[in-house]
Amino acid sequence: MSGPLVLGIETSCDETGIGIVRGTTLLANVISSSMEEHARYGGVVPEVAARAHLEALVPALRQALAEADVELADLDAIAVTSGPGLSGALMVGVGAAKALALSLGKPLYAVNHLVGHVGADVLSVSAGSTTGPLEYPTIALLVSGGHTSLLHVRDLISDVELLGETIDDAAGEAFDKVARLLGLPYPGGPEIDRAAVGGNPKAIRFPRGLTHAKDAEKHRYDFSFSGLKTAVARWVERERDEGREVPIADVAASFREAVVDVLLTKAVAACVDLGVPRLLLGGGVVANARVRELAAERCAAAGIRLRIPPLSLCTDNGAMIAALGAQLVAAGHAPSGLGFGADSTLPVTLVQQP
Amino acid sequence: MLLAIDTSLGTSVAVVDNAAGIIAEHSSDDTRGHAEIVGTLIAACLADSGIPVSALSGVVAGMGPGPFTGLRVGIAAARAFAFGAGKIVVPIVSHDAIALGEEGRFVVATDARRGELYWSAYEGPDAAALPVRTHGPALVKAGELESAVPAGHRIIRATRVSAGDLGMLAEALYANGRPFAADEPLYLRSPDVTLSAGPKRVTG
Ligand SMILES: [Zn+2]
Repeated sequence: MSGPLVLGIETSCDETGIGIVRGTTLLANVISSSMEEHARYGGVVPEVAARAHLEALVPALRQALAEADVELADLDAIAVTSGPGLSGALMVGVGAAKALALSLGKPLYAVNHLVGHVGADVLSVSAGSTTGPLEYPTIALLVSGGHTSLLHVRDLISDVELLGETIDDAAGEAFDKVARLLGLPYPGGPEIDRAAVGGNPKAIRFPRGLTHAKDAEKHRYDFSFSGLKTAVARWVERERDEGREVPIADVAASFREAVVDVLLTKAVAACVDLGVPRLLLGGGVVANARVRELAAERCAAAGIRLRIPPLSLCTDNGAMIAALGAQLVAAGHAPSGLGFGADSTLPVTLVQQP
Repeated sequence: MLLAIDTSLGTSVAVVDNAAGIIAEHSSDDTRGHAEIVGTLIAACLADSGIPVSALSGVVAGMGPGPFTGLRVGIAAARAFAFGAGKIVVPIVSHDAIALGEEGRFVVATDARRGELYWSAYEGPDAAALPVRTHGPALVKAGELESAVPAGHRIIRATRVSAGDLGMLAEALYANGRPFAADEPLYLRSPDVTLSAGPKRVTG
């Protein structure tokens, strides 16, 4: 094992993640989620998430060090997510990371959460899920409850371009909202997946946002899910109003198909347009079986090499932040100064805050 | 020797010692930029004091009351610093630091935003020169403070908490064998959440 020993802190949404890596080798990936506290509200409540981060932080640090079997003194650097994400949640990690780095006299790297999702893939080799290191350029499709982004990654730490993103709801949010209107619990992704079993994905033709010819120029790689959510609500209301029983399995399967279809259509279009035969998936929605299935199918048909890190590295976690930090350290990048803040809209072009 | 951090109003950091007093203190009155500035202030205090981290015996955390987003930054920093340094966290009520050194009966009131104030009532220093809190910290509507304040108390409207005072109070509590505060942030408000009544209709 070689490479810098880096501890990563992630608090951008509802998971307090502490990861430790040595170069591209994963040593610990501790995730403390406040998801259950949000369940009764049907979505992530920023203040609830931020309070949970403060309580989970030190126990998660302690657990990660024990799992990795390393001492704080052995660390080469600390990395922390400074954006994008929920600002109050991000601030907990930023404040803690600065203080931890100062108490240890270690360099601190403030890194981009979305690029971190891509960085998770470099750990895949040690996690045994994919063969060979991440190759560039690659298109990356990152989909979760907080983001839906399509990136062109020419180099992980120096050249990442945002091709498109959602202009309204994140895909994961759409799953949560549709689950709710079908009377299914939060989080919606796994519930919709379960409900869709046996359903016909072609039973109802729900709209595919931003896929019309008129969107081809301005929103070629952007996503929109709020119209889809409304269409599902309308359809369900009409059935109920007319006294028909709502075919939950068909609605779930058809809704899911609409989301997954548009995600993969745009991702594959980006690969083809830009001549990049590689697609990387990241974010919690990768847990969705149909996303993985359709991705494999479409990529195979288009001659695109597909990479999906293991799920524990796809959902928000500290290991991906540590991995990105380790890449920055290994490439000789200077640490961030002490003056950076939490930036809820940090652009992907800024891999590391100065 | 203690490092003290408070972000219940602005951001204040200090290195203090029971015998030597406040050795270094750096503060900002900005009530928004806690996460940006807390590291710079800690670094400045460590550099100015010349005290190595290993010489500290603990890290004082101002537990509020304070608006949550900012308050949390200081507590997170104090806990993380203490964890990194292998030292204890010393939780102190931030209002008590404002009350330190004040005489007679008085109330400390600080901004809680949204037209509300945090307040605590005190009765003169005790034999050990420590403030005696008789009420609070609690939350009150800004216009209702006067009627809430017990008779004979003057009102101290504070806009800053000195981490130096916070640290010295912690030193004095320790020296007199008194307990510290509970290790819980004093948010005094529930998170803003409304339970939804289920999905709304989209068609009329
Ligand atoms: Zn994420």
